[in-house]
Amino acid sequence: MNLNSRIPEGPLAEKWEKHKFNVKLVNPANKRKFDIIVVGTGLAGASAAASLAELGYNVKVFTFHDSPRRAHSIAAQGGINAAKNYQNDGDSVYRLFYDTVKGGDYRSREANVYRLAQVSVNIIDQCVAQGVPFAREYGGLLDNRSFGGAQVSRTFYAKGQTGQQLLLGAYSALSRQVATGKVKLYTRTEMLDLVLVDGQARGIITRNLITGKIERHAGHAVLLCTGGYGNVFYLSTNAMASNATAAWRAHRKGALFANPCFTQIHPTCIPVSGTYQSKLTLMSESLRNDGRVWVPKSLEDAARIRKGEIKPTDLPEEARDYYLERRYPSFGNLVPRDVASRNAKYVCDEGRGVGGTGLAVYLDFADAIRRDGRNTIEARYGNLFEMYEKITGDDPYTTPMMIYPAVHYTMGGLWVDYNLMTNIPGLYALGEANFSDHGANRLGASALMQGLADGYFVIPYTLGDYIASLPFQKVDASHPAFDEAEKGVKDTINKLMSIKGKRTVDDFHRELGNIMWEYCGMARNAEGLQKAIGLIQQLRADFWKDVNVGGNVDELNMSLEKANRVADFLELGELMCRDALHREESCGGHFRDEYQTPEGEALRNDEEFTYVAAWQYTGANAEPQLHKEPLQFDNVKLTQRSYK
Amino acid sequence: MNLTLNVWRQKGPHDKGGFVKYEMTDINHHMSFLEMMDVLNEQLVKKGEEPVHFDHDCREGICGSCAMHIDGRPHGPMQGTATCQLHMRVFKDGDTITVEPWRAKAFPVIKDLVVDRSAFDRIIQAGGYVSVNTGGVPDANEIPVPKKIADEAFNAATCISCGACVAACKNASAMLFVAAKVSQLALLPQGKVERKNRVEKMVAQMDAEGFGNCTNTQACSVECPKEISQDFIAMMNREYITAKFTSDNV
Ligand SMILES: Cc1cc2nc3c(=O)[nH]c(=O)nc-3n(C[C@H](O)[C@H](O)[C@H](O)COP(=O)(O)OP(=O)(O)OC[C@H]3O[C@@H](n4cnc5c(N)ncnc54)[C@H](O)[C@@H]3O)c2cc1C
Ligand code: FES
Repeated sequence: MNLNSRIPEGPLAEKWEKHKFNVKLVNPANKRKFDIIVVGTGLAGASAAASLAELGYNVKVFTFHDSPRRAHSIAAQGGINAAKNYQNDGDSVYRLFYDTVKGGDYRSREANVYRLAQVSVNIIDQCVAQGVPFAREYGGLLDNRSFGGAQVSRTFYAKGQTGQQLLLGAYSALSRQVATGKVKLYTRTEMLDLVLVDGQARGIITRNLITGKIERHAGHAVLLCTGGYGNVFYLSTNAMASNATAAWRAHRKGALFANPCFTQIHPTCIPVSGTYQSKLTLMSESLRNDGRVWVPKSLEDAARIRKGEIKPTDLPEEARDYYLERRYPSFGNLVPRDVASRNAKYVCDEGRGVGGTGLAVYLDFADAIRRDGRNTIEARYGNLFEMYEKITGDDPYTTPMMIYPAVHYTMGGLWVDYNLMTNIPGLYALGEANFSDHGANRLGASALMQGLADGYFVIPYTLGDYIASLPFQKVDASHPAFDEAEKGVKDTINKLMSIKGKRTVDDFHRELGNIMWEYCGMARNAEGLQKAIGLIQQLRADFWKDVNVGGNVDELNMSLEKANRVADFLELGELMCRDALHREESCGGHFRDEYQTPEGEALRNDEEFTYVAAWQYTGANAEPQLHKEPLQFDNVKLTQRSYK
Repeated sequence: MNLTLNVWRQKGPHDKGGFVKYEMTDINHHMSFLEMMDVLNEQLVKKGEEPVHFDHDCREGICGSCAMHIDGRPHGPMQGTATCQLHMRVFKDGDTITVEPWRAKAFPVIKDLVVDRSAFDRIIQAGGYVSVNTGGVPDANEIPVPKKIADEAFNAATCISCGACVAACKNASAMLFVAAKVSQLALLPQGKVERKNRVEKMVAQMDAEGFGNCTNTQACSVECPKEISQDFIAMMNREYITAKFTSDNV
């Protein structure tokens, strides 16, 4: 298979402008002859659906949520990056591009990242025009903060609710188009398969989650804006219903899945407290600006703390190990996410972890409170401290917070070209669902930027290039390809319902999560990954023999919804392990024990692995086939990331 | 701790529904309320019974999905807290807890604790936006907005659309929800152009959906998990009256 990334010729800074000029246009009067299917109403889906409808396309938009506004994007706290340089602190499109490529450990495409940085400035304009209430300074202009270790202040935010405010902006634009009739909205409707006619994406099969009715929808193009797959780990910071089914079913139909093992583990989350736990809560990264991370120096002190014999505040300064400050004197507590996460794991593996489970480290504000006063700290983090106290019952003003890393974001996703089209003509992937811009590690405040860039400012241009090549015919949903896909969906559902085994869907999901976290989590090695592949295959076989779904097919049945999703996670998990196994290097969020520098830092192998690994599905129990898209760096020099 | 749950079970929109008692043992006080419900559901599925259906997603109090009426209060006993943020430590060993869906004509029950809140989406579709297309907008810093105004607009915009305001109101009024959106956009310069038209259309849609009238009992603000202020209702009333007297509709 030839993976053509369609990166335009010419100097980096001119590629997008040139490309916009060169892509084919669809005449305004003709746009209404084309039906576009958008799956997902998060930042990527809502912005794409609204923008395409404004241009005149007929859009059908789908979400399994009860309202488009409830997509997982709503939960983003920290902020969104843009190279506005409003602070006059030396930011530029080039710097944002450079930081993002470096942050991604040189495993992303230069051209895509540059375009992202270019359109970032338009996003902020658009959101403000929609009435998004970003934080402002007393002079009335927009406020910025520095985020995720960036050396410039380029992050726009709306208190701790940036995701909600951006999503509400996109949702309002979408609602306006629903009112005009250009968008038809399907809520509580889940896509369960992609339909290909003559090798091109021509529709989807959905299940109405209230009535259980299986339906078909035809269109000239299908856009998957269905989010990430972090929930393969069972516990993550993702919303409970986030899942990989849309992307995975497209993968089964031939769409390549790129870099599946690139997952991001966020260092500051509230630790797990028991097996009943359903999800993990992120504590904003901004806390590391003032909080100091430590564990006890000695194993004995750690054990006494775990047993509750002493309190952390009892431990004198010299008995504490501020391990990030010790190992990384220049970045200290502000090292990137992957580095901070891995180091927390190391100290806990040594037995120096705290909390009931020993899987937690302290994030201590005592010094900051002494230095700046309680009021200042309260003004900065008051709402976060409150949230922490609500969940844990502890007061972070008087006792250090406890944190531990948790799965947060997936950089991998469906392979797409510069136009955001997958290798299946007419099938596109936007937002977290694609693999495109973050390489092996995503920087803070960059996912919101990418989702909105894809939806507002990339797809409206690039979709036309494909659509313009199509005839004006309506796509016919009675084509045998629809019959076949619909039958496949029904067969899977009937099979799930008929097993009537003994284990609940959650039980399987939890076990898969444990395997993934243990062997394909913060640090991986060949032996563990091989073991995990075997365990997952066995678990998958058990699932299809012993799962207990219950309820009926023709009504609201949340166990059935979940069973469909977990069935796909059980395949995706294996692919992630295979990808992690094949990538014999460490880069960004992918850390292989075998490949580290003498100081224990990630050791890339640029000679052999400067490529995108795009996997082709060959059958549920067959080995996938690897395709490589070489990455070419003409503008930045590949260096070892150093935060010492 | 051990608890007795009294949970509303209703098979579908046309079923009459009723309370079912469940005895819960060994509930950890660190659990969230929804995790406690998960435990119940796993037990039910293992027994071959149907789990209690309820909406939830983010479990961080921001998506607005969760919606349980707990012991007579939307989202339960804690102020400023959505159901998903409620933790079992606020309950005592031996408590009996009653769990019901939102009760309002405009929010019909779909199943168990799941209700249909699409009326809220239709109210937004009626006018809860600024009519700008993608592209061709001015630079974000071209129009300064006083910080006080921006903060006030933000406070209105924190609404998560959960519907607790409607569930709390004896008239099942949606005034707080509508007022929050109307106020957010009326405060900001970007939204001022369409303010009259917007408030008229949104209020008309609210009435058409069958929500009740506001009689100023203020239960909505008290129960709102985002503690959205009652003042926005006053602001909306002013917007509405101004619109009626000086309508742009010619
Ligand atoms: C707690 C948290 C905080 C974060 N904070 C930040 C931050 O501060 N800054 C930042 O840049 N990023 C942040 N991120 C990351 C960012 O929020 C996400 O990557 C981004 O919002 C994803 O947007 P999306 O549009 O791609 O997908 P989503 O928002 O996940 O939307 C997916 C949509 O697809 C629909 N869908 C999925 N599958 C189907 C199907 N089969 N059928 C029908 N519909 C389907 C869903 O209903 C939903 O509407 C954060 C993430 C988390 C978890
Ligand atoms: S589950 Fe999202 S607000 Fe409660």
